[in-house]
Amino acid sequence: MTVLPVLPVVVPLATAIAGLLLLSRPRWQAPVAFAGATGLLASAVGLLARTWREGIQVVEVGGWPAPFGIVLVSDMLSAVMVTVAAAVGLAATVYSFRVVDAGRIGAGYYALIHVLLLGVCGAFLSGDIFNLYVWFEVMLMASFVLLVIGGERPQFEAGLKYVALNLLGSVAFLSGVGLLYGAAGTLNMADLAVRVGQADGDARYFTVAAMLFLVAFGLKAAVFPLYFWLPASYHTAPAPVAALFAGLLTKVGVYSLLRVFTLIFTQDAGYTQELLLWISAATMVSGVLGAAAHQDMKRILSFHIISQIGYMTMGLALATPLALGGALFYMVHNIVAKTNLFFIAGVVRRLRGSYELKDLGGLGRAHPWLAAAFFVSAFSLAGVPPLSGFFAKFIMVRAAIETREYGAAAVMLGVGLLTLFSMVKIWTEVFLKPSPGGAVSEGAVGAAAWVPVVAFALLAIGMGVGAEWWWRPMELAGQQLFDRTGYLEAVLGGGSR
Amino acid sequence: MELVLAVTVGWLYACGLYLLLRRTLAQVVIGLALLTNGTNLLIFVAAGLVRGEPPLIGEGEVVLAEGTADPLPQALILTAIVIGFAIQAFAMALAYRVYRSVGSDDIDALTTTEPPPPPVVMQAEEGEA
Repeated sequence: MTVLPVLPVVVPLATAIAGLLLLSRPRWQAPVAFAGATGLLASAVGLLARTWREGIQVVEVGGWPAPFGIVLVSDMLSAVMVTVAAAVGLAATVYSFRVVDAGRIGAGYYALIHVLLLGVCGAFLSGDIFNLYVWFEVMLMASFVLLVIGGERPQFEAGLKYVALNLLGSVAFLSGVGLLYGAAGTLNMADLAVRVGQADGDARYFTVAAMLFLVAFGLKAAVFPLYFWLPASYHTAPAPVAALFAGLLTKVGVYSLLRVFTLIFTQDAGYTQELLLWISAATMVSGVLGAAAHQDMKRILSFHIISQIGYMTMGLALATPLALGGALFYMVHNIVAKTNLFFIAGVVRRLRGSYELKDLGGLGRAHPWLAAAFFVSAFSLAGVPPLSGFFAKFIMVRAAIETREYGAAAVMLGVGLLTLFSMVKIWTEVFLKPSPGGAVSEGAVGAAAWVPVVAFALLAIGMGVGAEWWWRPMELAGQQLFDRTGYLEAVLGGGSR
Repeated sequence: MELVLAVTVGWLYACGLYLLLRRTLAQVVIGLALLTNGTNLLIFVAAGLVRGEPPLIGEGEVVLAEGTADPLPQALILTAIVIGFAIQAFAMALAYRVYRSVGSDDIDALTTTEPPPPPVVMQAEEGEA
C-alpha cells in the first residue's frame, strides 16, 4: 500500500490547521501557507509520476477493502488535475503576499485557501460518490467564506447569490446520491459502475439519477443554462481569490461530470451525449456573447470561463479517447491561461484602480512585461498558434470531425473567433489606447505578484511549443476514461482481496 | 409508511422551491433548509424502510441476515445533517449581513454586483455615464 494518494489531502489539511492555530500571529500566515502549498505541489508531482509509471493508484482508507470502505483513486485524470490544482494553489498563495490586506489575513485567509485546496484535491481523488459530495461541501464552504471575508456590500450580495445557487446544486447532488444508493446499494464508484451496468430492470431510473448529477455538476461547472451565479459573483472577489475560483472551482464540476459520465452512467450513453452536445454548444455561444457585451475586464473574463467550459464538456459529449484526453488538455490549458488572466486583471486594478475598460489605457507602454504576459495568456485562450490554446482547440476540433459532428466543430471554431474578438477588445482598450488619465494607483504590486504571472505565461508558451510532450499524459488519461476496465480492476480486483 | 414519507419528501421539496422563488431573504434561507431536510428524508426512503430488524449479526454468523435494516443511509443522513447545519448557519449569518448592508430584505434590491442596467429597463439605478 502506498501513501502517495493520501498526501494531497493530508498536506493542505495540516497546513490549514497550522494556519488556524497560528491565527493570532499574522506574520506566520504567509510562510506557513507557502510551505504547505510547496509541499502539496511536491506530493502532487510525486503522485503524478507514480501514476504515470505504475498505473492507477488506489488507497483503501482505514484498511477497509473496496467496495465497503472509502477509496482514494488516482488515475491519470485525477493525478493531472491534482497537480494543476496544487500549482494554482501555490501561485495564488505567492500572488497574495503583497496584495491581500491585513483584515483578510487576520480572518484566516491563508488557512481558507488551503481548506479550499483540500476540498478540490479530495474531490479529484475520491473514489466514493458520497465522499465526493463531502469534498464538494468542504470546497464550497471554504469558497463561501473566502468570497465574503473582509468584504463590503458587493461581496455580501454576490456571496448570497453564490451560496443559494450552489446549495441548490448540492441538494440535487445529494438527491442523486440517495436515489443511486437506493437502486444500487453501494457508494463506491467502481462498484456503482458494475451494478448500474448489470441492472437489467429499468435503466430509466438510473437516467433520472444521472440527470440529477448532470444538474448538480453542471451548476458547479457553470454550463448553460445553469451559469447565472458565476458572472454575478466571481468578479467581486479579490484578485487572487477570483483567480483561484476561476481556475479551479468550475473545473471540479467538469471533472465530476467526466468522472461519473465515463465511469458510472454509461447505460444510456446516446441520450446523455446528445444532451451534453447541445448543452456544450449553448454554453460556448452564450458565454462568449456575454463576454462580447460587457465592458468590465473581470466581468468579460468571467463570461469567458463559461464559454470555455463548453469546450471541455464537448469532449465528454464526443466521448472518444481523443476527445476525452482533449478535454483534459483543454482543462489544464484553460486553468493556466484563465488563472493568469485574473492575476493580470488584479495587477491592472492595482496599477490603475479600475477594471472598467473605459478608465484604463496606456499600460502597454508603461508596463510592457505585463502587456506581454497578457498577450500570451489572452491569445492562448483564443487559440492562436503556437500557444497552448491552439493545440487544445485543435484536438477538440479534430475529435469532432472524426466523429462526424461537423456542427460542433463549426461552433468551436466560431466561438474561438469571438473569443479572439473580446480579447482584442481588452488588449486595445487596456494596453494600446492612450491612458484617459485620472487613474489612481492602489499601491505597489510587488515582486511576489509578478512571479506567478510570468511563470504561468511561460507555462502557456511551454504547453504550446512542447504540446506533444504535454499531450502524452493526457492521451493516457483519455484512454483510461474511455476504457473503464482498468479503473474497475484497480479498485475492485486489486491485491486487496 | 413509504407512501407517507414519499409524499412528505415531495411536499418539502415543493415548499422549499416555492420559498426559494420568493423575494424575501429570510424565506429563501428557510426554503434552502426545507430542501436540505427533504433530501435527507429522500435518502432515507430511497434506501428502503425496514421495521424491527436491527442490523445486528447473530451469534455464530459472519454476515448480516437477509432483510435486516441498512445502517448506511442513516450514517449518510447524519453527515448530511451536520453539513446542512453548518451551511444553513452560514447562510443565515450572511443573509443578516446582507440585510444590514443593503437595508432591505428584498432580493430585487441586490443589484450592486450587476452591470449598470440599460436605461430602458430601470432608470432608478445609479446612472453611470
